Amino acid sequence: MFRSIVRLGNALSLSKVCPGRQHQRCALKYSTAAAERKKFYEDVSISQGEGGLFEINLDRRKLKTPGGKLFTVPNEALAIAVATEWDAQRETLKFYTMHMTTLCNTALDNPTQRDKDQMINAALKFLETDTVCYRVDEPHALVELQKNEWDPVLHWIENRYNVTIGSSSSILGPEIPEATKDTFRQHLTSYNFWSLTGLEYVITQLKSVVLSLGMIDRHLSVEQAVLLSRLEEEYQIRRWGNVEWAHDYDMYELRARTAAGALFVHLSSESSTVKRKLLQD
Amino acid sequence: MGAARSQHRAEMAALTSPLRVCRGILKELRAIQGPSYRQSLAYAYVMDQYRKNKVTGERYCRAQQEAHHASHTYLCLLASTRNHLALHNLYHGKGERRPEEVAGLVGLRLPTQPGGKGWEK
Repeated sequence: MFRSIVRLGNALSLSKVCPGRQHQRCALKYSTAAAERKKFYEDVSISQGEGGLFEINLDRRKLKTPGGKLFTVPNEALAIAVATEWDAQRETLKFYTMHMTTLCNTALDNPTQRDKDQMINAALKFLETDTVCYRVDEPHALVELQKNEWDPVLHWIENRYNVTIGSSSSILGPEIPEATKDTFRQHLTSYNFWSLTGLEYVITQLKSVVLSLGMIDRHLSVEQAVLLSRLEEEYQIRRWGNVEWAHDYDMYELRARTAAGALFVHLSSESSTVKRKLLQD
Repeated sequence: MGAARSQHRAEMAALTSPLRVCRGILKELRAIQGPSYRQSLAYAYVMDQYRKNKVTGERYCRAQQEAHHASHTYLCLLASTRNHLALHNLYHGKGERRPEEVAGLVGLRLPTQPGGKGWEK
């Protein structure tokens, strides 16, 4: 029994091994500086543990976060998404493709010790340098493009939340009124910690609070939000040509991360019930 | 650009009908898991969700819209991850060449030192 564990590679640090026990718990600290971990499991499954939380099982071992805590998620959909990521791995584990897992780990471990208020403040601060509010003066074609593509989203969010944001081409960016910030603060406070973690991640990826909220509120699709976020790049690509190993690579990575963030926010904040209506004769 | 965008939107609406999105997700799952994708957890969950949200009495059903957006997002996640990984392997996967190979690129050979260099065992 012991020999098979040792064969899994010296990159795995085992803190607790109880030979003979039915379920072995091994800390998977994949923050260790191993180049690539080999895939050490065959089957991935999910199970429901205490408190109704879902856990991921790799063969018979329970998955743990890099911080050593048991990996738990609040609902089945999130667990299935994470399990699918682990199941998708082939000979080596490529953690940079496992975005849902990464987000769950961040929410569970909270390595930077953030609380809800800090995250809300950071999001509101980001609004001051929001991509869609920060306009260029030239070239003229890009100015027009920004106006045509970004103004509708700005109008939508101003209507939806009944706020004023505006755009600016000065180096200081737009002046965000306090009332706007208060409205958003109130809205963001209704998010739980996990959803805020996801939202913060999406804002960092898209470099825009407006686009993030637009996507989370289902006004924009992921592809649309990514396109709007990369508007200047798309403009330059159309002018000077596309470089697959840079442009497409970045675009797909941004899409994957943004999609993961959006899905994470939706799954962390949803609760669904099924109500069956009977047909009356 | 505005006109092109609204046309693009109309195309996208047709391209992203629930049936196409469902088919897209199943294709991605098959790419991930091979022929046994129908036994996977994700397959069961996705099909279940589609069945649950198929029939609605309302003309505009919010739950249905939300489910459609969520399925579109999941399809984007699966497809983009696969494409990103493919591009990564294509362009960034090879790593560095060994010194012997590098020398061979310009037609040189590494010198051999009998007994090894001082710091080699």
